[in-house]
Amino acid sequence: MTADIFDFLLVMALVGFGGYLLLARDLFRSIVLYIVFGLFVSLAWVRLGAPDVALAEAAIGAGVTGALLLRASALQRKMGNEEETHGVFLGAALAGGALLFTVSLTSILLSFPPLTDGLAGSVLARLPESGVTNPVTAVLLNFRGYDTLLEIGVLLLALLGVWSLGPAGHLPTEAPGPVLGAYIRLISPLLVLSAGYLLWLGAHAPGGAFQAAALLAGGGVLALLGATVMLPIYGGFSLRLLICGGLILFVAVAAGVMVPGGTLLEYPPEGAKGLILLIEGGLTLSIAAILIVLFAGGRPGGDL
Amino acid sequence: MSLSAFLGLLLICAGLLFFLAGSVGLLRFPDVYSRLHALTKADNLGLGLITAGLMVQAESGAHALRLLLIWILVLASGAFSSNLLARTARRRGIPPWSRG
Repeated sequence: MTADIFDFLLVMALVGFGGYLLLARDLFRSIVLYIVFGLFVSLAWVRLGAPDVALAEAAIGAGVTGALLLRASALQRKMGNEEETHGVFLGAALAGGALLFTVSLTSILLSFPPLTDGLAGSVLARLPESGVTNPVTAVLLNFRGYDTLLEIGVLLLALLGVWSLGPAGHLPTEAPGPVLGAYIRLISPLLVLSAGYLLWLGAHAPGGAFQAAALLAGGGVLALLGATVMLPIYGGFSLRLLICGGLILFVAVAAGVMVPGGTLLEYPPEGAKGLILLIEGGLTLSIAAILIVLFAGGRPGGDL
Repeated sequence: MSLSAFLGLLLICAGLLFFLAGSVGLLRFPDVYSRLHALTKADNLGLGLITAGLMVQAESGAHALRLLLIWILVLASGAFSSNLLARTARRRGIPPWSRG
């Protein structure tokens, strides 16, 4: 009963924040509401019994995306671009379209036969062969490794898109004040430690490369803002290698297991754990680098 | 109800009171500085009491220690970020509120 009340309030809060963030007058307010909305979505995932998704939503959906949006809005303001205001007409048309889409999607979903247990049974049956005991990691890195491989490709493409827009936006170059400096010194080693912990945890409990990378990226963004790391200086080959390294490693492993006569991405069960950890380690570093460079908002160093 | 569950409930309720007071302060206080003051009280003490309430009900010492660590981290983040916010507000020339 209490749980029902809580869930009801949670859903109401989600709808409320969603509406509020769409109708908010200025961009900054919308972004802050979007971050709050993300935190509530992550709470909803916890209530649905999906802590893996909740962790990813809190770290990436609310945290990193929120930071990226705030950065984009700050850069836009610095460039002197006026916020565009659309007419009531366009707003109404978009809202109508979204409503139509939601109604048709819901009716399609309702027309499906009720779910049995989906693929959970098959995943659990083959779990011992995957090399890990967390079913989510087993699906992401082994059974459906293909999807994760393409995801990294998509992330890299997004970065290419941002780099093609222009050089990185303004970043502080002076040493941070005593307070921010002390905070960076305190929090950076802890973030690295927790990222490593989350990465290792992913094998048997909620955690994994994306969540670990989001933590590392948080530390990296702080370091950029505190001018502890100068992105332009590191904008050379080593940064690019770091960015592409995860994908290169993933493809190398995926293709490497074909040598003894397997198919693409089919890890031998006895070596699966080591291979998954290797890929996830590479992915963590690459994703973190990609997210930090995305935050800079353009090509570091100014040229390609 | 066991003693630890009762104690935990008591501590969490006390913590919630601080959060309530902090939220009222955030909504009612006149300027950014006093609002920060209200907010950090809620974060520090409210969350501390809630963490203590969860710690007495924790399954193991390791769990309790992890909760304590989370509280300390939030404490540090709250202290640093409210300082940064107040500094930025002062740099932008937002005057502190004063009566009359």
